[in-house]
Amino acid sequence: MAAGEPQPAALPLAPPRRGGRRSSVRSWRRGDQLIFALAWIAGLGLCVVASAIVIFLAVKGLQYLDPKLLVTRPSAAVNQANSGGFLDPMIGTLTTAVLGTLIATPLAVITAVWAVEYGRPRWLAGIVETSIEMIAGTPDIVIAIFGLAFFQLGIFAPFSFRASGGGVYGRSFLAAGIMMSLIALPLTYTATRNGLRAIPRHRREASYALGKTRIATIRRVLLPSLRPDIATGATLGMGRIIGSTAIVVLLLGATLQNIPENGVPLLGFLRGTGSTLPSYIFFNSPAGEGNAPQKAYAAAFVLLMIVLALNWAVGRISRIGASGSAGTGRIS
Amino acid sequence: MLERLRRPWGDNRAERWLGAVACVTAIAIVLMVVFVALRAWPTFSHEGLSWLGSSGNLDAQVNAMVNTSAHPPASAYFLRAWPLIYGTLLTAGLAVIFGLAVSLLTAIFIVDFAPRGVRQLLTPVIRLLASIPSVVYGLIGILVLVPFVGNHLISAGEKASVANVIQLTGAGLAVSVVILTVMITPIMTALITDALGSVPRAWHEGAVALGLNPLRATITVSLRAVRPAIVAAAALATARAIGEAIVLDMVSGGNAFTPKPQDGLIFLFEPLRTLASEIIDQSENISEPALRSSIYAFALLLMFSGVMLSITSRLVRRPLRKYEISN
Repeated sequence: MAAGEPQPAALPLAPPRRGGRRSSVRSWRRGDQLIFALAWIAGLGLCVVASAIVIFLAVKGLQYLDPKLLVTRPSAAVNQANSGGFLDPMIGTLTTAVLGTLIATPLAVITAVWAVEYGRPRWLAGIVETSIEMIAGTPDIVIAIFGLAFFQLGIFAPFSFRASGGGVYGRSFLAAGIMMSLIALPLTYTATRNGLRAIPRHRREASYALGKTRIATIRRVLLPSLRPDIATGATLGMGRIIGSTAIVVLLLGATLQNIPENGVPLLGFLRGTGSTLPSYIFFNSPAGEGNAPQKAYAAAFVLLMIVLALNWAVGRISRIGASGSAGTGRIS
Repeated sequence: MLERLRRPWGDNRAERWLGAVACVTAIAIVLMVVFVALRAWPTFSHEGLSWLGSSGNLDAQVNAMVNTSAHPPASAYFLRAWPLIYGTLLTAGLAVIFGLAVSLLTAIFIVDFAPRGVRQLLTPVIRLLASIPSVVYGLIGILVLVPFVGNHLISAGEKASVANVIQLTGAGLAVSVVILTVMITPIMTALITDALGSVPRAWHEGAVALGLNPLRATITVSLRAVRPAIVAAAALATARAIGEAIVLDMVSGGNAFTPKPQDGLIFLFEPLRTLASEIIDQSENISEPALRSSIYAFALLLMFSGVMLSITSRLVRRPLRKYEISN
């Protein structure tokens, strides 16, 4: 713009209007009006897409969801009336979610606490941070294919079982749970780390001034106020575990029923193969072998309800955290 | 044992223990990268970088690897992965371009224009869209979109014209890109909205006071200030899109064809295959040595790209910390 040139009459001399911005949209340039309209369309479009998905699945799901499906075990049958429900996949989903979260949460919290509160030597802390970032950037399918090769190594036979030929099968609830903890790990780690960083320095110093050691400060002062952050991270991680399909298809065997490996009751179950709701949906979609869309819709509806419940829980936890003193309630 | 745990810990001992756990986590992850790389090594040692090139029919090459002996000759490793790489780049690239446009507009809408009620509605909506499991998107794609495209958008004449090369069922590029876009848009929107919302309000108001209308002010000041966050969001979304296996396995069509833009409108409906969905597809044959090495080579390529994108997104975001925009 040339210097000194008088501005065209863009600035009105009248007192600024109080009616807000929208009343002035008509005076904008054509292009700006277009972008403005597109922004509205995009925002409302997302709402429409989300509600369309939820309503569509609710209609289809409730149409096909028979309470009997929830309590009968799946079985292979050509006639869909006899192929059972999805009790086993629901138990499988619960097992992998609990197993993965139980492994991931302590690891993530301890790692984050060490990296933020101690972090010496610095290069080591840098390596830890980078490796967490690497696992966050690694696609699920790569984690799955790695786990398959890893648990087929001879020394990991106790985690699954030996196939008849003597090779280690490498697919079990334990293997899947351990690998799934890897996809939950970065979420819990990031939540804990950000929570720790948000705690003001003077709270630590107050604790040191009372004669507490660093570890006592962490245990008695920092961790209690981190609870909402850890809970948010763990719930987000659990959501990802529940939705993960690739790991189940490759590492849990995605057998129709949960087949315990003979042995001690609980351990045998964990060493056995099974399925979860996502793998059940995949199996029953036209892309899978079952090809029973009605059952896939019903299972998808149940899965969506679980995800909605988790979402609600995350929202609640972060709201509690935000009303407390040290929480950082952000989305994403 | 419990008694000892309950007693106050010495600070040095605690530091060592916590550090040890952190190191175990890091070592496990690094080990994984090394392990995948080792498994992929035979492919790269036999084929070199021409493995990335294109030649011939990929499906035939993969099928030729099944039933090779336990110690396959070097020739058994022959594979040209370009069709898969092309499929991955094409779907992820298009989805990110569309998704970026939508999420920029949505972010502007949320921060500047949305009435209070709509804004409060949009936050949970975006969180919901981001957390719907991918297999549910895949199910909707294969049961709703694929039949719709196959029955209404592709004419019988178009199907007949390519019948001797490929089958047009509706599963293909268009449906894959639509589903991927819906999957990655919420992630980008959440990140960009966060960044845009933390731009100091005074910057925006200053621009408005200088005579810009609010939209121009957002575009020229706020969006410009958060450019790094936009790049970071796009990088994360790309990482998600290239790693998506199940969904693309369901809706991308049967074979590793490379959609050709010169085919005109049919281009949109041509089937394709991505690296991730090929891994799912071939995982049953993982006991074949040559094929196993190829599968791990696909995985290595995916992991490398994913890790690079994730690191890029952090490095790019770093300058923003100075202004305390975004985290």
